[in-house]
Amino acid sequence: MVHDLDPLAVARDLFPDMPPGFPFENFELEELILPSGDDMGIRSDDDDIKEEDVQTQSGFGSCIVIQNLPKAPEEKYEKLMTVVRTIASKLGDVRDNGIFMPLDETTKTTKGFAFVELARKEEADAALLDERFVNGYQLDKNHKLTLCRFDDFDKYAKVPDEYAPLEPVPYKQPENLHSWLADKLGRDQYVMRHGDNTVVCFNDGKRGRADVAFQREYWTESFVQWSPQGTMLATMHRQGMAVWGGPSFTRINRFAHPNVRLIDFSPNEKYILSYTSHEPVSARDSFHVLISIWDVRSGKLLRKFEGPVDEYAVGSSAGPNGALKWPVFKWAGGREDLYYARLGRGKISIFECPHMGLLGKESLKLDGVQDFEWSPSEPLLAAYSAEQGNQPARIVLIKVPERTEIRQKNMLNVSDVKLYWHPQGTYLAVKVEAWTKTKKSTTTSFQIFCVKDKDVPLEVFELKNNKERVLNFAWEPKGHRFAVVHGDGPRPSISFFTMRDDKGRLGVRELKVLDSRACNTISWSPQGRTIVLAGLKNFNGQLEFFNVDEMETTATAEHFMATDVEWDPTGRYVATVVSHVQQMENGVNIWSFGGRLLYSSQRDKLYQFSWRPRMPSLLPPEKDAEIAKNLKQYTKRYDEEDEQLIMQADADVLHERQRGMDEWKEFLESRRNYAALQLDFKRELYGARFAEKEFTIQKVMVEQIIDVKEEPYNTK
Amino acid sequence: MRPYLLQGHERPLTQVRYNREGDLLVSCAKNLQPCLWSSEDGRRIGTYEGHNGAVWTSDITWDSDRLITGSADQTIRIWDLPTGKELFQFRHREPCRAVKLSAGERFLAATTDAFIESPPGIHIYNFAENVEDQSATPVHAWTVAKGRITRVFWTDCNRKLITSHDYGILRRWDVETGTMLQETQVHEEAIQDMQMAPDETHVITASLDKTARLVDVETFQVLKTYKTGRFVQSAAMSPLFDHVLLGGGQDASQVTTTAAQAGGFEARFFHKIFQEEFGRVRGHFGPINTVAFHPSGRSFTTGGEDGYVRIHHMDLDYFTTKFF
Repeated sequence: MVHDLDPLAVARDLFPDMPPGFPFENFELEELILPSGDDMGIRSDDDDIKEEDVQTQSGFGSCIVIQNLPKAPEEKYEKLMTVVRTIASKLGDVRDNGIFMPLDETTKTTKGFAFVELARKEEADAALLDERFVNGYQLDKNHKLTLCRFDDFDKYAKVPDEYAPLEPVPYKQPENLHSWLADKLGRDQYVMRHGDNTVVCFNDGKRGRADVAFQREYWTESFVQWSPQGTMLATMHRQGMAVWGGPSFTRINRFAHPNVRLIDFSPNEKYILSYTSHEPVSARDSFHVLISIWDVRSGKLLRKFEGPVDEYAVGSSAGPNGALKWPVFKWAGGREDLYYARLGRGKISIFECPHMGLLGKESLKLDGVQDFEWSPSEPLLAAYSAEQGNQPARIVLIKVPERTEIRQKNMLNVSDVKLYWHPQGTYLAVKVEAWTKTKKSTTTSFQIFCVKDKDVPLEVFELKNNKERVLNFAWEPKGHRFAVVHGDGPRPSISFFTMRDDKGRLGVRELKVLDSRACNTISWSPQGRTIVLAGLKNFNGQLEFFNVDEMETTATAEHFMATDVEWDPTGRYVATVVSHVQQMENGVNIWSFGGRLLYSSQRDKLYQFSWRPRMPSLLPPEKDAEIAKNLKQYTKRYDEEDEQLIMQADADVLHERQRGMDEWKEFLESRRNYAALQLDFKRELYGARFAEKEFTIQKVMVEQIIDVKEEPYNTK
Repeated sequence: MRPYLLQGHERPLTQVRYNREGDLLVSCAKNLQPCLWSSEDGRRIGTYEGHNGAVWTSDITWDSDRLITGSADQTIRIWDLPTGKELFQFRHREPCRAVKLSAGERFLAATTDAFIESPPGIHIYNFAENVEDQSATPVHAWTVAKGRITRVFWTDCNRKLITSHDYGILRRWDVETGTMLQETQVHEEAIQDMQMAPDETHVITASLDKTARLVDVETFQVLKTYKTGRFVQSAAMSPLFDHVLLGGGQDASQVTTTAAQAGGFEARFFHKIFQEEFGRVRGHFGPINTVAFHPSGRSFTTGGEDGYVRIHHMDLDYFTTKFF
């Protein structure tokens, strides 16, 4: 009988994995709801947001009102509608049935305004700024049309008539944002993102360990980024980004930029840029770019840049497939954030801080400009314009805000140019690839501008074999040397050059060539002198620590599968990282600058590793030199402290092991009864066989008859 | 000493197991014939022929006269260990994943995978002294909600079973009633192997979450964790020293895409209590699927995805070196 079937039993059979009681029996809804106040240990960022209502646009964001239309009688309604339609189509993409012109019931004439609904809010924003409409659109002699946003009516209606004074916000003492610099042991920090966790660690190279300074789960939704001087850490969220700082990483500010993709700080941390791109609405549209500039401290939005992607992806800012290469805006160097600029077609647009307007109200015109870079130390930019017809390719150095060209250089048959500023802005190296006469191959040469010298002398040099591929170029920080990785074979060579001889005279001189190295990445110490030649990816993480002063290899090592090499900001330690690009062995190795492995830390799913930068030294250069000279005296005091620390650390390790061993013995002791019970149990079950453990190896011959067949033997 | 390289299987190994005395070694693989080897010199004594699918697991009786194997061909077979004669078959409708004899060998616990409509199951059979009396019907059987059962052990004087599962779970069962007594998440990913300490107070579990862990049998509390940075397929404890041995490596499906060294196919030694690595043994060119320590702790065996079994006899310095 079908009716005898118990529906609950059937359900249980069908869904064996469901919890007991499924579907209806003894079902308590309360069991499924988290008790209030219990968050299962996961803190939601929304918890902090409650106090602020998120401002949302009402549904009429894309709706515009055209005012001051003629009041036409009903008979002429259609005619006026045609006019309105024409005007509306100039505003943007009008939605189907998106125009509404109300009719006055009593006078039977139009009311003199019309509503236009556009496809997107962004279009409405753009229409309101359209120069044809900003100052009114002259329809005829008597009618000058004006536009306004539909939402504005509501907004202005809501303004209270009475003035209510704002409550003053009580002052809160912020945390010291530079506390990590005051660490007693002078340790540097780094941040690691692994799994759902973000950890900030103190790197204790002396004792060979990392001490966690702060950690938090689900801190960011994509990546984290230190500000250039390390004061703040930025995290990315769906709603925008946030910056954090201080010993307990409290939030300093939030910036509402929905779905923010990339950010960039100004060098002195005053401003922050955020970037998103929006999918095109229709096939004929292109990606829409939105870049906002914020004041970091106040959180105020200072300026927005919007437009189709091809307006921004120009020259060196364009990646493959017309994508945008970040950063689009480049900041001028120096001790203050004064200027930032971006590349346009045939121009460089320079903007001025703090008012964010275009410097001198017009862009810097440079025909065919392809790339530019600011000097890291002063508002001076180097720009490269490509060859155009009869005009040769040109490199210019332009001083801002005067816009004076302090040096320029013309070249012919140029195929590609790359600009490399010295980290202190002393030199600018320009790698020029020029076509040979046959136009089949290229030769590489370097034009080096000595920016800090009088009249900016230019040094030109080529490698011995100028047809060789140049893979990499790197200036020595705080020095006058540079390294070039070159070669066509699988194992390239590394050459070192100096800009000055012992007496300080200018001139490029070769210092040394290291032939055929398993190296594809070079990484100078931020203090100069030491360089790490790393063979990442295909070379499986070969490392060579090279002292350029002595021209000798201090150590060779391997961090298998390493993907990144990162110097700490002081040049004392090097981190090699196996990031999540690799499936296994994710983790960080920390080396001394001489190439001694200090410790390694395994982190599964390691997405990101990044040293916390330090602010530039406040000491004058003379003092720096003095310290370098009398280093012995200065270090003496610290050496003793270090010794003690290391001894303490060793004792700690031994102590920790002893503790582990004691704990283990305690565990075994606590389970002794059980073990004895098991043993007795087995002894009882197996009886006499229990003790038998002896065995002898015996050879046994076994005869086996596989098959018997009878065959007559030669019957002939 | 140079290891013995045993070429008895063309397919990936699934389990290697010593008998109680340690003179014999049984290896099971995804090919059809488990092999019997002399553990001292690596000579092959014979094979067990009859299975029609990958052989996942085996167990050997106390006095080494029977071998029990569980296979993907949906049978569990009892063999006469010295002669290789098949004595009995338990037929299931699902692949068999793990078998274990109870202490005293009166019962056999077997686990089956989820298959078509059947959920995973645990089956308890009487294990007859005389094979003529052997019954094919289980004395008790129950199903498990979810999670492949990778290993099973008898604990608490045969009153309880502990099983390791996919999803990194350990479960404890009452043998009499089949009720689940405890369920604990000890790993983040599937547990591939579980081996019992000689004193039966703790087990070591190997997991795809790239760690092996030492777990208290009584409470399922994690006592130690061994982090490796690569998938751990199998883990064993030395009966002699406080050492553990881990085998594993990059996922087999990805092996050919990278350099040989990238796979991390070494067998790795960790200190059991300090959780620090102190040695690696290279050799396999695919992930290690199974490891086993000789009952004396003087040698160990690894079986790899590459189809090779390697028997390593420890050199003298292993016994004399103070590693920590």
